[in-house]
Amino acid sequence: MHLLKNPFNKLILFAILFIVPLVITSQIIISGTVVVNDGKGTAITQSGVHVYWQDSTAMVLTNTEGYFKIPYNKNTKKLVLSFPGYQTDTLDANRPNIGKILLQKEIDLEEVIVRNKIKPLQKSLFEVQNVVTVDSKEMLKAACCNLSESFETNPTVDVNISDAVTGAKQIQMLGLNSPYLLFTQENIPSIRGASQIYGLSFIPGSWIESIQITKGSGGVQNGYESISGQINSELVKPLSDKLLFLNIYSNNYERYEFNGRFNKKISENLGTGIYVHSNLRNGTIDNNNDGFLDTPLAEQINLMNRWQYMDSEKGWVSFLTLHYLKDKKNTGQVNFEPERDKLTTNYWGSEVQSNRLDISSKVGYVFPDLPYQSIGLQTSYNVHDQNSYYGLNLYNIKQNSFYTNLIFNSIINNTQNKIKAGINYSNDNYGEQANVQALERNDNTIGSFFEYSYDSLEKLSLVAGIRMDHHNKLGTFITPRFHIRYSLWDKASLRGSLGKGVKGANIFAENQQFFASSRSLEITDNSGKIYGLKPEVAWNFGISFIQKLYLWNRVLDFSADFYSTQFQDQVVIDWEDPRKISFYNLDGKSYSNSLQIDLNYEIVQNLDFRATYKYYDIRVDYRSGSLTKPLQPKHRFFTNLSYETLRKSNGTQWRFDYTLHWQGEQRLPNTASNPNEYQLASFSPSYALMNTQATRVFSKKFEVYIGGENIANYTQNRVILGSDDPFGPYFDSTILYAPVLGSTYYVGLRYKL
Amino acid sequence: MKKLIICLLLINTSVQGYSQDKNKKVSFEVKGNCAMCKARIEKASLKVKGVKYVNWDIASKQLTLILDENKCAPLDVKKAIARVGHDTDSAKADDSTYNDLPPCCKFRDPASIHLDHGTKP
Repeated sequence: MHLLKNPFNKLILFAILFIVPLVITSQIIISGTVVVNDGKGTAITQSGVHVYWQDSTAMVLTNTEGYFKIPYNKNTKKLVLSFPGYQTDTLDANRPNIGKILLQKEIDLEEVIVRNKIKPLQKSLFEVQNVVTVDSKEMLKAACCNLSESFETNPTVDVNISDAVTGAKQIQMLGLNSPYLLFTQENIPSIRGASQIYGLSFIPGSWIESIQITKGSGGVQNGYESISGQINSELVKPLSDKLLFLNIYSNNYERYEFNGRFNKKISENLGTGIYVHSNLRNGTIDNNNDGFLDTPLAEQINLMNRWQYMDSEKGWVSFLTLHYLKDKKNTGQVNFEPERDKLTTNYWGSEVQSNRLDISSKVGYVFPDLPYQSIGLQTSYNVHDQNSYYGLNLYNIKQNSFYTNLIFNSIINNTQNKIKAGINYSNDNYGEQANVQALERNDNTIGSFFEYSYDSLEKLSLVAGIRMDHHNKLGTFITPRFHIRYSLWDKASLRGSLGKGVKGANIFAENQQFFASSRSLEITDNSGKIYGLKPEVAWNFGISFIQKLYLWNRVLDFSADFYSTQFQDQVVIDWEDPRKISFYNLDGKSYSNSLQIDLNYEIVQNLDFRATYKYYDIRVDYRSGSLTKPLQPKHRFFTNLSYETLRKSNGTQWRFDYTLHWQGEQRLPNTASNPNEYQLASFSPSYALMNTQATRVFSKKFEVYIGGENIANYTQNRVILGSDDPFGPYFDSTILYAPVLGSTYYVGLRYKL
Repeated sequence: MKKLIICLLLINTSVQGYSQDKNKKVSFEVKGNCAMCKARIEKASLKVKGVKYVNWDIASKQLTLILDENKCAPLDVKKAIARVGHDTDSAKADDSTYNDLPPCCKFRDPASIHLDHGTKP
C-alpha cells in the first residue's frame, strides 16, 4: 500500500474515519446575520427579518444583532429572507454558518435578483455517472479565450501543449490524449477527425454556457468512440442568454480578442442570436533566442447564428445552428516570410489555414399527455478544410461529415424504470495529402442503442446501455456500458462504471505535430482498413467515492476515484527512436491507471479552497520494450483559491483567483542515439505553474479583469532540438514538457445588458 | 365486405369505449406542506402497481397521476398515501403515522397551513 505512505493520503483517511460519524449524528443548525445598506454605503444589521425554508412553514426572526438560527431542512436547502421594503432573497444553504447576507432595497422597475450561490464547479451526489459540471462562472477564472483554455482551473482535465512550434493546447483525461475522449456540442459529436488537434481552439469560451465532464466510459447514446471520458459543452441559447454581451482582451504578447453576443426575441417562442469572435496575435516573440517564434502569429474569425423555438405547452423544442470559422496560423523562424520562403530551405516556417462550416439542427417533442415520453432528432453536417505545411512537410486534410441521431425516451411500468432507444447514422469522407501520399477514405456507420435506467428512489440507481454498430471499415461490433450508484450513508455516494470503446485512429490528423520535426514516418501495415491499421479497442472501469460533510460549520467535499483503461488493441505511437515516428498495432499490454483525490472546502465566507492530487501509471509495450508513456508526469498536484467580496447594493464586487499546478518529473522520449549536443536527459525536472486573476465588477453591466499566467516565469530550457539546423536530421520540436512562453499578463473587460 | 369493415370498426370503438384506459390521467388534492412532503407523497404513489408517473405540486397541493386503470384505481393510491401520513378526500392517515411526520410536514396544524410556502408576511 504505497498510497498510505503519502502523508496527505493518511490525513484524508483520518478525516473520513473521524469526521463522518460526528456529522451524521448531530442535528445541523443554520445560522447567519442579515445586514442592509444604511444608504451611505455601510452595512448595518437588521432585526425582525423573516427567515424560513422555501416551501416550508417553520419561520424565525432575526434578533437585534441581525442574527438568526434555524434547524436545517435538508429537503429544500433554499433559505428565504424577507423584510418589508427589501427584495426577498433566496439562497442555497450550503453550510451551517452562512455569514453575512446583504438584503437589497426593493427598486421599482428592476427585476428581483436571486443570487446564485451555487458553486461554479459542481459534483453531484445523485447522478449515476461521475460527472463534473463547470458553469460559465468557473470559466471566467481563466483568461479563457477558447475551450482548450477553459480547463485550466479544473483538475479533472489536464492541459498540455502539443509541440513547441504550433502551441496547440491538447487535453487529457485519465492519462489519455484527446482522441480517446468524445467531445460533443449539445450532444452532437464534434472535434473529431480533422479538427482533433486545433478544434478546441475553435470554440470561443464566451459562447459556452456550461461544460459537463464525464469520467470513464459514459453513456451509449453518443456513439462508441469514447474510451476515457466525454466532454459536452452547452452553448448559450437565444431565449435564455443576455440581450448583449461584449468582451475585449489583450495580453503582453500582442494577443487581442473580441467577443460579441447579441440576442433577439422575435416572439414568445422564437429567438435568434448572433455570436462573433475574432482574435489576432501579431507579436513577433522570441524570448528564448532560439530563432523560432515562441507563439504563432494567428488570426481567427468565428461567426455563429442560432435559432431557438420553444413551445412548452405543445411540447416542441427546436434549434438551428450555423457556425463558420476561418483560422490562420503562421509560425517558424523569426525571419521566415511565407511568400518568399514557403517550402524552401531559406528559413524554416509553417502555415496552417483552416476553414470550417457547421450546420446542426435539433427537434424535440415531449408528448403533452405523457410527460415522460419524448422523441428527438439531431442532425449535423460539417465541412472542415485544412491546408498546411510544416517546413518541407506538406499536410492537407478535408473532411465532410454528416451525422444524424433519432432518440426515443419512455418508461417501463413507471418513472423508476426509464428507457432510451435510438438509431444513428454517420458518414465521414476524408481526403488527405501527407507530402506526396494522397489518401481518400469514406467511413460510414449505422448503429442502434438501448439504455435502461433504474432508480430505487432511495439508495440505488443504475444505467445499463448497449449499442450495436456496423462500420464499413471497423466491422460489426457491440459496445456495452454500465454505471451504478449507491448511497452508502448520508451525503456519501459510491459509484462504479464499466464500458467499452472502439475507434479508428486518424494517425496524421491526431499527431500533426510530428510534421514539425525531421522524424521519418513508419507505419506497419497490419491488414487493417484505416492506414493499414486495426481499430483501437479498450475497456475502461472505474470506482469513485464522494462524501460531503460539515467541518467547523462549513461544507467540505471529499472525493476519490480510481479508473483503469486496458487496451485490447491500440495504435501505438512510438517516439522512442529520435530519427522516426512509428505507428503500429499493439503487441502485448497497454494500460492507463489513474487515481485522483479531491478536497474542496470553504475556509471562511466566500473563500474557497480546492486541492487535488493525481497519480498516473501508464505503460505501453513498445517494440523496444515496456515503457511508461513519455511526457506524462506520474504525480500532479493542483490547488485553487478563490475569494469574492460581498456584492454591494450598487453591484460592485471584487473577485480573486489563484491556481497552482505542480507536475512531477516526466520521462522524455529516448534521444540517446543523437550526437551529444542533441541529447536530452531521461527525465524532465518537476515544476510548478501559477496563474492568478482579479476582477473588479463596477456594476451589473460592466467589469474589468486583469491576470497573469505562469507568473513564476517557468519555461523549458531548450524547446526545439536542432533549432540551429532546422533542415538537418536532428530537428525536433515535439519533445515539450513545460511552457515555451514565460509570464503572460492580460487585461480585459466585459459589458453586458 | 364494406359492411363487415364498418361492423368491425364499430365493435372495436365500442369495446374501446368500455375498456379501461392504459394511460389515464388523474388529479386530486393531497394534504401536505413542503418539499419533504412532496418526496414522500410521490414515492408512495409511484410504488403502487400501475402508477406510471406522479407529480405533486406544492403550491396547489394537486397530485397528478398517470395510471393504468387495468391495474389500479385512484383509491389504491390514496390508501398508499395515507399509509405514509398524508390525507386525501377518501383516505386519512392514522394518528400515529401522522405524528411521526417532521414538524414542517404537520399539515393538520392550522398554524402550519397559515404560514405555508413562503407567502410574504
